[in-house]
Amino acid sequence: MKFTIFFHVIAAFILSPILPGIINKVKAFFAGRKGKPVLQMYYDLVKLVQKGTVYSRTTTWIFQASPLVTAAVGIIGVMLVPLGNTPGMLAFSGDYILLVYLFGVSRFFTVLAALDTGSPFEGMGASREVQFSLLAEPALLLGLCALSALSGETSMNTMFTSLQAGTRPVLACAIFIVLLAENARIPFDDPTTHLELTMVHEVMILDHSGPDLALIEYGSALKLWTYASLTASLIVPQEIVNAWGGMGAGFLALTGVTVMVGLIESIMARLKLIRIPQLLVGATILSLISLILIIR
Amino acid sequence: MVLFTAAMMVLFSGVLILPFTGRANVANTAGPAFAVIGAGLTLAAGFDAIRTGGFDLISPWNYQLGAVHLKMDPLSGYFAMVIAIVCGLAALYGRDYLKPYAGKKHLGISWSMFLLLSASMMLVITAWNGVLFLVAWEIMSISSFFLVIFESHRPGVLSAGWTYLVATHLGTAFLMVMFMVLGENHCYDFNVIHISGPMPTVIFILAVIGFGTKAGFLPFHVWLPEAHPAAPSHVSAVMSAAMIKTGIYGILRMSILMGPFQASWGWTLIITGALTGIFGVLSALSQQDLKRLLAYSSVENMGIITIGLGLGFLGFATHHPIIGLLGIAGGMLHIMNHALFKSLLFFGAGSVRHATHTLDMEKMGGLMRGMPITGSTFVIAAGAICALPPLNGFISEFLIYFGSFSSLYGSKGTFSVLAAVTVIIALALIGGLALACFTKAAGIVFSGNPRTLEAEQAKESGAFMTTAMVILAALCGCIGAFSPQVIHFLGPVFDTIVAGHPLEEASLAPAIVCLTMISRVGVGLILLVFVLGFLKRNWMRDKIVEKKSTWGCGYVAASPRIQYTASSFADPIVSMFETTLHPEKDLKTDQSLFPRAFSYKSRTKDIFMYHVYRPLFSIVETVALNLHWLQRGYNQLYVLYIVVTLLALLFWMLWI
Repeated sequence: MKFTIFFHVIAAFILSPILPGIINKVKAFFAGRKGKPVLQMYYDLVKLVQKGTVYSRTTTWIFQASPLVTAAVGIIGVMLVPLGNTPGMLAFSGDYILLVYLFGVSRFFTVLAALDTGSPFEGMGASREVQFSLLAEPALLLGLCALSALSGETSMNTMFTSLQAGTRPVLACAIFIVLLAENARIPFDDPTTHLELTMVHEVMILDHSGPDLALIEYGSALKLWTYASLTASLIVPQEIVNAWGGMGAGFLALTGVTVMVGLIESIMARLKLIRIPQLLVGATILSLISLILIIR
Repeated sequence: MVLFTAAMMVLFSGVLILPFTGRANVANTAGPAFAVIGAGLTLAAGFDAIRTGGFDLISPWNYQLGAVHLKMDPLSGYFAMVIAIVCGLAALYGRDYLKPYAGKKHLGISWSMFLLLSASMMLVITAWNGVLFLVAWEIMSISSFFLVIFESHRPGVLSAGWTYLVATHLGTAFLMVMFMVLGENHCYDFNVIHISGPMPTVIFILAVIGFGTKAGFLPFHVWLPEAHPAAPSHVSAVMSAAMIKTGIYGILRMSILMGPFQASWGWTLIITGALTGIFGVLSALSQQDLKRLLAYSSVENMGIITIGLGLGFLGFATHHPIIGLLGIAGGMLHIMNHALFKSLLFFGAGSVRHATHTLDMEKMGGLMRGMPITGSTFVIAAGAICALPPLNGFISEFLIYFGSFSSLYGSKGTFSVLAAVTVIIALALIGGLALACFTKAAGIVFSGNPRTLEAEQAKESGAFMTTAMVILAALCGCIGAFSPQVIHFLGPVFDTIVAGHPLEEASLAPAIVCLTMISRVGVGLILLVFVLGFLKRNWMRDKIVEKKSTWGCGYVAASPRIQYTASSFADPIVSMFETTLHPEKDLKTDQSLFPRAFSYKSRTKDIFMYHVYRPLFSIVETVALNLHWLQRGYNQLYVLYIVVTLLALLFWMLWI
């Protein structure tokens, strides 16, 4: 049992850069292309780490601290979440509150680093980032609130494992929407656009280069893993008691969630900026509905 | 008791001596010295009160309205510690801050008022008699008024001072009514009130309005954003970090005396707190003046404290002591936390004003290079106020969150889930908005390119100012890292608040277990960042590191004016909450074929100030002007009025 917990964390460290690869493959499949290799992000990371770096004369220590914080938060993030029926490594009561606010730390530094460059594009991205995240936060916390009301627990571990089947899809939807928003995916943000003006998260890290950029990319991959395993834990059926079986089901569900992200990116366009708050408020309402369903 | 008496003697002798020390450096050295010694003694007294239970001091003389009765229990001790830390460091900071005014302003009187403010706050939290309490309260209001109008030559300062004076006295009026209702038979001693308290709910509402005016509850907050920018920064820090907390103290003390807590009180506080918090942070976000932003953010944090206490009251009223304890612990800890990071932020704003001679964020930028200590401590404080782990703000908010989450499963059906959901939504929204607000404050002021020449030439402030800021930043980190110990130490304070309520084996022990984990994860995070930084540094040793200008997507002639401004950063959110904020936008375009001059102004005014109080007071003014004919300026006439009134009263008595 203990070993599976470590296995999850180590797997997350090693495998998380595959997730963006899977998303890209799905998108390529839908577009009828061959697409980048699934392991592309590893190649990118290795290449970036070996490069030198360029710092803007405008920047201060914040700019250099931000990639470190992003990566560190990602590392601690995957230690906190459960996957399927496998509990998180650092699980304790109230761990999800810490998780939500830990990602707040990395956002705080990313936004400050963006403003630190004095670039108008990055300022724009930072402004949008804080706007969207302020709406995503209540949705996520209410979703977790529904979870805790249902399971009678305040740790993510036990919360997911003692959940009735009925409300799961609604909650999974809510958390999935938050996943898309927080990880800068379509329909909230388009990481692949060539225009800085239209990006949100990618434009904030425009000035980072070399190992700094690698740290940020790796941190983002870990963050995507964290949110994906939160969503996956809602899909994995409760009947699997075997530790390794649960783990396997968890990985399957995780892959499923990632494919789903790719699917959405393939069939949807990016929303108008004005529409985005509405979708996030929609997610909050979904969380609230599941909460009402539970309490009724 | 000895410590407290000594502190009061030091402070009051300072109050008396300082006006004679003149305008220059003598006063500016003696004042802080008295304040720091007084604060040190009070800190020790407060610490002692929490550890050993405090003291009870009744003077042998009896006056018509009761004896001079001072009592310090752990609750008062806690507030004494908060006040002492803020006042002591503010005095240290103020020494350098007031230096440029030496010889121009009467610094002796200013420091005398500062000491009077500190002493009166300490009297407020220890007074055990209604009349004494009101006297101390009034001294506190008046002395802070004089401190606010220190720079009365600057435009707007006097009118801000008046707004504050009027607001605080309207609040005091409610408090006088409250104590009159409480003190039947002219007994205002808190021990007696405790027994005879009639109509608890009426008293509670009067207390919320009266004390809420001081604490800045919606809609009585309007004086805060006026008074804080006007006052010198060390005074703003004391007012915002310590003085407005006396309002919370008042509500708490009255509730304890009225005890047991009622569900309606809890609901009142939760709803007031949620509205205050959300409105406060929204208004803060839309400001361009740094200290006005901080003032509104104080309103927000008072909201968070109130939410916590409300949850606590509700928990005890509905017999869920564990929820009650968590709410009260969160709210109480946030009082200390807010005192620490808010005074740090005000100190930072003061340093920035010293360096750039402005508080307008649109004229700043890039100050981190010139003022690294101010900038870095400001960023730490901004992180703490956004409740980011592992800093102290997160600990208090975590306790409140944990309380409301516990209420969901611990008491299905019986405890109002609605309360928990309200608290969670409010806190989550406040948290998101606070992040937007303080990334804006720290980012626009300290990062990027300097927008003006003053900002470019900004220099770090003096050693006393930076010392005060570094100490506060360290305290913010320490409370975050040692949260289990802090909560354990504050145990007697919480016990004082909940005394008389059945605890049923509830304790903060589970919360302390979580806090231990959180502090470990927090320390782990910091270590991880440093390890990664160290590894990166080693790795980068033989790599090429270049210094270039910021990538402008091919545009090379970028000027500082091209940067995002404070207003543009906040604009998407401000527009989203247009209905609450009513931002005024004024765009003047040139419609000709070759347009030249464009102008765009945007400003957010307080809707309560401009749509409620201004119209209300103009009506009052009209009515008062209509009665102007009564005042002719002849003494004979006024004597006649007195006679007529007396006669009327006499007839009235005969009639009855």
